[in-house]
Amino acid sequence: MKGDVLDGRALVMAEADTVATALEDLAAGDRLDDADPPLTVAEDVPFGHTLALVDVAAGDIVRKYGEAIGEATEPIARGEWVHTHNCESARGRGDRATVESEDEVPAASGGSESAGDDR
Amino acid sequence: MDTFDGYRRPDGRIGVRNHVAVLPTSVAASPVADRVADDAGRWARATPHQMGTSQPDEGRERTRDVLAGVGRNPNVGAALVVELGTEDIAADDLADDIARSGKPVETLTVREAGGTAGALDAGADVLADLWQEVGDQRREEADVSELVFAVECGGSDATSGIAANPALGDASDRLVDAGGAVCISETPEFIGAEHVAAERCADEATREKLLDRVDRRERLADLMGVDMRGAQPSPGNQEGGLTTIEEKSLGALAKCGTRAIRHVVDYGEAIPVGGGVTVMDSPGYDVESVVGKVAGGAQVVAFTTGRGSTTGNPIAPVIKVTGNPRTADRLASNMDVDASTVIDGEPIGEAGERIYRTLLSVADGAETAAESRRLAEFAINERQPRELAAEGQR
Repeated sequence: MKGDVLDGRALVMAEADTVATALEDLAAGDRLDDADPPLTVAEDVPFGHTLALVDVAAGDIVRKYGEAIGEATEPIARGEWVHTHNCESARGRGDRATVESEDEVPAASGGSESAGDDR
Repeated sequence: MDTFDGYRRPDGRIGVRNHVAVLPTSVAASPVADRVADDAGRWARATPHQMGTSQPDEGRERTRDVLAGVGRNPNVGAALVVELGTEDIAADDLADDIARSGKPVETLTVREAGGTAGALDAGADVLADLWQEVGDQRREEADVSELVFAVECGGSDATSGIAANPALGDASDRLVDAGGAVCISETPEFIGAEHVAAERCADEATREKLLDRVDRRERLADLMGVDMRGAQPSPGNQEGGLTTIEEKSLGALAKCGTRAIRHVVDYGEAIPVGGGVTVMDSPGYDVESVVGKVAGGAQVVAFTTGRGSTTGNPIAPVIKVTGNPRTADRLASNMDVDASTVIDGEPIGEAGERIYRTLLSVADGAETAAESRRLAEFAINERQPRELAAEGQR
């Protein structure tokens, strides 16, 4: 595997990452002594899900693979489960872009008609 | 030099299977195509689909191009095109598209063959004649550089990006280094990883085309006024640990390895043989995405799954690879390669070598799990009005 394994139970894929991926179901109170400094799992984290390696403020970028995978929607403490309840995508957000995109729809044939299909 | 034994076609391409394809031009001809092929034997493979007898111009062109590409795929030795007789796509025109590759092609019109019953009888006769013509062709040695290898993922979870996709990426690198071609698609799954893919592009034109296609898919979400999060990542992906599309994309990109991206093609368009890594612009729906690459000439598909996908394809063998130990256990009968061993410490290069060897043996004729279970899903991606609008927006 690419990355560093913590106690055989969680994977940090790149140095800049702020989350680790659980390689087995982790329970609240579990310790990851390989983390620097050692870390206590704050709540249950299912296999494949991620937990915070550092304290993350609301609005901060969350990193995995050394890349941005989303933004924290609330403060996340080190050791807490990071998932859709506290981290969201910054991409493909048509809900944020609607007004702007309607301005951009060209008057050319097809474009405006099609965009109006679902009104 | 790695080789395999395949079927040399009149156009020079090499197939890994010797199927007679039965291609309906619309949904109305699909039941006949399905039954004629089913009754004939396992060498006959139908591609039933849902496209209507009449489609808008862009949609009709897409349907015809995809079916023609599937018919020209080197795994097809001969083809039968079936129509009801009222379609905008004439069976004769589609047959001509396919016959350009030099292989035998026949047509069948349900309305002129005495309806469904008559068409089933006539279809059986035509198929038997086609099989007479190509059924005794022998395999001959070919170089792996002649393989076009499609890489796909479906039912992804966090193990896809950690184990299955990096292992498949290692196999992809081996094939590209041997002179072969690898094709990745599913454009929505480049969102959030496009800067990584862009850095891998061989030249500026390829980079611009790739970024444009990704941008177009994201604009589609904008045009619809929706938040992609409902579908990307899917609820199943989320349950499997994936939080955002960015995370899914970064994991998905790994399956096409690390070599330069040399080409970007549109859905169903020909994938350059011996051309290294190609990106095909396709939807994220895996069955349609696989069909696009088979229409583009891919002879073998590798499909990684975390949560467990069982789908195959009628024309190209689909190698199933999982990185999830639970799926490797629960769906063992649907999986060809267990790459979950990577999580237990197997080096990615060793798992990649196993996938590469499986690719060669499947190219030689070994059946995949999907083939032996007769899983042959087929669907054509329909061009939507909103998609056309997104293309118009610059």
